[in-house]
Amino acid sequence: MNLKRLIIIFFLFFISLNANENNNKLTEIYKNLRCLVCQGQSVADSNSEFASTLKLVVQDQVKEGKSADEIYEFLISKYGEWIVYNPPFNKKNFFLWVLPYLFLILGGLFIYVLIRKNRHNKAN
Amino acid sequence: MLNNTGHLLIFLVMFLSLTIIYKSYLELKINSQKISNSIYQLSLFQCTFAISSFLVLIVAFINSDFSLINVYENSHSAKPLFYKIAGAWGNHEGSLLLWINILVIFSYFFLIFNFNHLKKFRLLTLIIQNLLILGFVIFLLKNSNPFSALEPVPSEGLGLNPILQDPALAIHPPLLYLGFVGCSIYFSAAMASMLANYRGKSFALSIKSWVLISWCFQTLGIIVGSIWAYYELGWGGFWFWDPVENASLLPWFAITALMHSVMVLEKRDNLYSWVIILCLLTFILSVTGTFLVRSGILNSVHTFASDPARGIYILIFLSLMILSSLVIFFKFYKKENYSFNFKSKETFILINNWFMTFFLVTVFIGTLYPIFLDVLTDVKISVGPPFYNIVIIPLVIPLLLLMVFGPQFNWINSNKFFSTKLIILILGAVGVNLFIFFIFGSYSFLTNLIFISSIFLIFYSLIELKKVLQKKIKFNLPRIISHLGFGMLVLFIGINHQYSLEDDFNLKVGDEKKFSHYEIFFDDIKLKEETNYKAVIGNFRVKNIKNDTTQSLNPEIRIYANPETLTYEAAIKTRISSDLYLTMSNISRSDFYNIKFQNKPFMIWIWISALTIVLGGFLQLLNRRNEN
Amino acid sequence: MKISFYKIIIFVIVFFLLIVFWLGLQKDNSYNTKSLVGTTLSSFNLPSINNGDAITENYLKNNKFTIINFFASWCAPCRIEHKYLLNLSNNGIKIVGVNFKDKKDNALQFLNELGNPYEFVAQDVDGKASISFGIYGIPESIIVNDKLIVIKKVIGPINQQIYEEILENLK
Repeated sequence: MNLKRLIIIFFLFFISLNANENNNKLTEIYKNLRCLVCQGQSVADSNSEFASTLKLVVQDQVKEGKSADEIYEFLISKYGEWIVYNPPFNKKNFFLWVLPYLFLILGGLFIYVLIRKNRHNKAN
Repeated sequence: MLNNTGHLLIFLVMFLSLTIIYKSYLELKINSQKISNSIYQLSLFQCTFAISSFLVLIVAFINSDFSLINVYENSHSAKPLFYKIAGAWGNHEGSLLLWINILVIFSYFFLIFNFNHLKKFRLLTLIIQNLLILGFVIFLLKNSNPFSALEPVPSEGLGLNPILQDPALAIHPPLLYLGFVGCSIYFSAAMASMLANYRGKSFALSIKSWVLISWCFQTLGIIVGSIWAYYELGWGGFWFWDPVENASLLPWFAITALMHSVMVLEKRDNLYSWVIILCLLTFILSVTGTFLVRSGILNSVHTFASDPARGIYILIFLSLMILSSLVIFFKFYKKENYSFNFKSKETFILINNWFMTFFLVTVFIGTLYPIFLDVLTDVKISVGPPFYNIVIIPLVIPLLLLMVFGPQFNWINSNKFFSTKLIILILGAVGVNLFIFFIFGSYSFLTNLIFISSIFLIFYSLIELKKVLQKKIKFNLPRIISHLGFGMLVLFIGINHQYSLEDDFNLKVGDEKKFSHYEIFFDDIKLKEETNYKAVIGNFRVKNIKNDTTQSLNPEIRIYANPETLTYEAAIKTRISSDLYLTMSNISRSDFYNIKFQNKPFMIWIWISALTIVLGGFLQLLNRRNEN
Repeated sequence: MKISFYKIIIFVIVFFLLIVFWLGLQKDNSYNTKSLVGTTLSSFNLPSINNGDAITENYLKNNKFTIINFFASWCAPCRIEHKYLLNLSNNGIKIVGVNFKDKKDNALQFLNELGNPYEFVAQDVDGKASISFGIYGIPESIIVNDKLIVIKKVIGPINQQIYEEILENLK
């Protein structure tokens, strides 16, 4: 029936995908590093001198077997937290990570209370 | 001469604003229900003068009249005509003039199209909108005047920045401003509604089309900006969570929430206070966005040239806007009775708003947190794509599911919750997902859920679409199309992200590189001279080992003379199933070139999905036109 | 008076936001690593430009203060700051030069032409070693003490003002 046809069309789309592995680990790291001399670009996107040197350093460290987190820590110790796009979860950045979820919960509570209060009114 | 004409026209606009405010204020006291003709005429004149001033600026650009500083700084006689014209709004001062034009035009049309609404409400809207206009005109005259003259008149202009000479970038600002600035009118209307006590369904009807118009153009503006970034900027991405991009996304969340809430206000006369808050918030976010982008407070690849005085002025204007809206809101706030059922459409729209506000808060905090931290603790951090992806993506899953269930509920009350058909659809979506999972390679649990929920929404929407086309149900076509587009967008972005192949390596001419199932041959370099640039063109052959096909790609490095810039043009081969993307950049003092190669599945479907979302919006506008 | 409580909170938040914006305007949005003063250098091993012995962190422990200056023959501002390095060296301050992403012949010619203020010239052909020093552009100089702690970072060329500061503090 209709549903079957739809499912077949989707299958056909995916077949053309040619099973691929996930992104290169290196590219992931490059994307998370900020180019210090550019105006808002990651090391992956930048063509600057600094970006190309940094890529070499990251390649070396990955070959040595360092994990992504170790590499980030190393670079943060040399250049400060500004160089990493994923802000680490520490005291400083606590509110950054917590506030959105706090808001989500409060918003949900608010709606819940609103509807609850209304059920009450309806019952009365 | 042109600069005097331009100045005169702007002064006339300002003078008319004052006159309109004064006359409207007087009219408020008169008892008749009709607005006198003079007010209409004054508004029409105001429109005419504003548009004329903008045309004067455009003419100055076409004629390369370098006696105007603005033309001198942003144009060049060798620029093609189309880009000369686009140069008029492609800079800070010109775009500000465009803002003023949109404020004025929307003001006039809101006045005449809402002829069957309360006079007091319409006059107050006019007054407040004109206060906004006044604020912007004063800003323009004092700080950002596109008609400032230059003496002696230089013989040639400075502005031939090649990156800005692109068709998508030329239309991106006007589209975006229709969204950004269009929401000013319902900001004013919201204030007027509180002052005039013109609430409920009538108010909803007065702003409904305007919300829709600003939503359509805001969405379209964002899409065009992303398309431009993908084709022109050479990093293969289309969204970077850059502060300037976020500044355009913040109002978008608010307008989307508002668009849904206005429905509740219209159909059920409920959520009035929330609708008011959203109306006020949207334009406040727009002005905040403008502040962030033009004041130089942020470090971004998009920022206009910054000037601290600009920032101060916009901040003062923003503060006045926020404080006055808060004061009026609190003064005129009346407690509402939220009398709706749990199992009703209203609840789901409320939930949609909850999600939209969450996304808005997240992007807001992410964008502003570095500023806060820097000001309070003198430490600089970066907040980029990883943060937004981690926080936002998981919540998209329930949103997609709710987009299926929500519209099924009726207004007021609904009895059904789960139908067997829906369960079959979910299972079908799970099935497709498992197929992908096992045959094509595993991916994270989260990605599984994203695929399932987006496919679920797509299936459901397609079935609804079929019903509409078979005339079984008549209404809701716009909603189905927009929701379908959203489902598709999430799915294709998910696949693209999951299955993209990228590699970054250095090659010399004659080298070849093998990676994954591709072989890349760097054949040679050609030099070419064009009218305003020199190009270094690389000839690459990309061979797909799996199906033994070869594509040739020719990325370029362009060297412009005036001003001296280097741009990197990506070679992109777009196909239905994926895009091949190749950029080449030179490495100083070396024979090697840095090559970035990407295979991006379903890229064009991302654009198609996004445009489908907007299509729904425009269809809805057409529907309303036909209704009236 | 529930509404009053909310009102106050909202006004406070709004004022807070606006004040932060105001203060943010006064700040410079470009980034530099000057704040990383006070960190300790990790151990390193840099080859000499003259095929002699390599230099390690132990070398630095012998001097009360050492300036490590990153330069290259192709770098124009490096030429301009060079005279200050010569003056500092003549005043008995020890300077280690690190030749960054350069060709040995070009570097030696540069020093021949402009003078050699360096006690030791190391080379960093691919630029990777400089990353360990937290360098991101040249010219850049860092001043370390005998405990390997970075006490000052100079981003960009040394100018008259910085030169005088260094002279005063390091004597």
